[in-house]
Amino acid sequence: MSLLEIKNLSVRFRVKRAWGKSSYLHAVDDVSLSVPRGQTLALVGESGSGKTTAALAAARLVPAAGGSVMLGDTDLLKLEGEALRQARARVQVIFQDPYSSLNPRLRAGAIVREPMDALGTPDKPDRDARVAELFAQVGLRPEQRALFPHQFSGGQRQRIGIARALATSPDLIVCDEAVSALDVAVQAQILNLLRRLQTDLGLTYLFISHDLGVVQHMSDRVAVMYMGRIVEEADRIALFSNPQHPYTQALLAAVPSVERAKRSGVKMTGEAPDPLNPPPGCMFASRCPKVQPSCKASPPPLDAQAPDHRVACFFPGE
Amino acid sequence: MTDTFDPRKPDAEQPIEKPRSPAAEAWSMFRRNHAAVVGLIVLTIILAIALFGPILYPEDPFMMVWTPFSPPGEQGYLFGTDYLGRDIMALMIHGARVSITVGLAAAFVTVTIGITVGALAGFFRGFIEEALMRLTEFFQVLPTLLFSMVIVALFGASLPMITLAIGLVSWPAVARVTRSEFLRIRELEYVTAARSGGVRNGRLIFSVILPNAAPPIIVQAALMVGSAILFEAGLSFLGLTDPNVASWGQIIGSNRPYILDASYTVTVPGLAIFVTVLAISLVGDGLNDALNPKLRAR
Repeated sequence: MSLLEIKNLSVRFRVKRAWGKSSYLHAVDDVSLSVPRGQTLALVGESGSGKTTAALAAARLVPAAGGSVMLGDTDLLKLEGEALRQARARVQVIFQDPYSSLNPRLRAGAIVREPMDALGTPDKPDRDARVAELFAQVGLRPEQRALFPHQFSGGQRQRIGIARALATSPDLIVCDEAVSALDVAVQAQILNLLRRLQTDLGLTYLFISHDLGVVQHMSDRVAVMYMGRIVEEADRIALFSNPQHPYTQALLAAVPSVERAKRSGVKMTGEAPDPLNPPPGCMFASRCPKVQPSCKASPPPLDAQAPDHRVACFFPGE
Repeated sequence: MTDTFDPRKPDAEQPIEKPRSPAAEAWSMFRRNHAAVVGLIVLTIILAIALFGPILYPEDPFMMVWTPFSPPGEQGYLFGTDYLGRDIMALMIHGARVSITVGLAAAFVTVTIGITVGALAGFFRGFIEEALMRLTEFFQVLPTLLFSMVIVALFGASLPMITLAIGLVSWPAVARVTRSEFLRIRELEYVTAARSGGVRNGRLIFSVILPNAAPPIIVQAALMVGSAILFEAGLSFLGLTDPNVASWGQIIGSNRPYILDASYTVTVPGLAIFVTVLAISLVGDGLNDALNPKLRAR
């Protein structure tokens, strides 16, 4: 049974235009995903593909326009007020920027303690001990609780962010580009820390990244997003060895690599469509190397190509 | 790649430097602005006079002590006497307390209204923001001196009413600064993180965002003290003041008809206001340096 079951999630932003008109930008359009407990689902895609918005909407940090987000037996999108506030303990986020994600006026210990104070768990006398335990879990020394964020390096700051995300003992952690802002050596440390925590604590990750190398290292399943929609979803091995959607193929071909010369060059040309005025057919048609006239007529459904391998393309495969 | 990180062995590279409190850091920045330090010294002296002056110089400032319009220095009266033969020195010392109290109290009113309006507008957005900002603009386009004169004329020229009138016409600037800081900070990830950690809106506004929005508001508030003193002097000059209370502006106002015959009667309080407001402005400028994180990097 899946821990997280996202169904038909959409998020739209109102964009004001001239003459008092406004139109909607569909940042996330009809996204369905499921993540089994203890596993990692990676959401990949280029900037602006809606991957972060989708995950933050699932965590109720961005308002969703429709759909459902089942976490266990509760639909997070239906919760309001105090029930929502309490439910927040179960979903936590590790943010991208370790510089803006920590309140500069609080000491590291207080930052990690904040969710415990807000949600009232554990009981007050136990909180200091819990903070110390969390610091140890993420590889920080207990004395460092007294330091301010600016006294830490980027990697250490990200560890504080991880400790804060663990503070409420969540079921699901959204890692929003959690290592993108770090340099490569530190990235490896943080990724290994995340994996170790997953094994030790049985965490479930929704892992957002644009870095396919990182995704290959971290994930069990991968969903590829393009302009607010999922274009391909499969388990990690199938997606990396046998990509079906031309966009996925192009993404994989674009990974800088020493072996790059050997790869078959699937290249993207053309421009992405205007998200405020999307075309009726496939969103990728304008950049697709094997586009056919029928692609521009109606959008391709996200169909199972093989068991457990969904692709939104009329002409999948080679 | 060698992965030197062993999670079971916390990294020992970083020595624990004694955490410098934000206040200590701000002071070290403030000290670099020499003009601000001079301003702070002058301001401290003026505050000391306001606080302890009436004890050191206990004469009743409203007592007639010598012939009117005796020039400074005569009969031991350092600043001379005014049109009623009162000791200007005594008036000045007692007036310092009043002027500075009015300045501080008016700044407090200004900041309280401004922060409340600005924080609510910046945090909640939507209809609340629209309504509050239109209200702010309404107060901003009113001619400030005229509006405060109307309030004082209608409700009486007592010091609390003057203070309230000054606060009521000055808050829009603070509200705008507060709102713009809230708009910026509410989008930062640590605010989202706090929300995700179940922090309630009230705490989010006052404990998470407001302390981070404080520096420009503190600078504004400091400058507001100076402009409130000026404002009070302006109202007093126009005669809208409590004649039974000596403030610097009131001394100028009451001696206004004799400005040509006994110019020192208005020069002395005028200079006092000038020096005080200048000192406050210099300190405000120094606070701006000290609290602005963008300058700290230099």
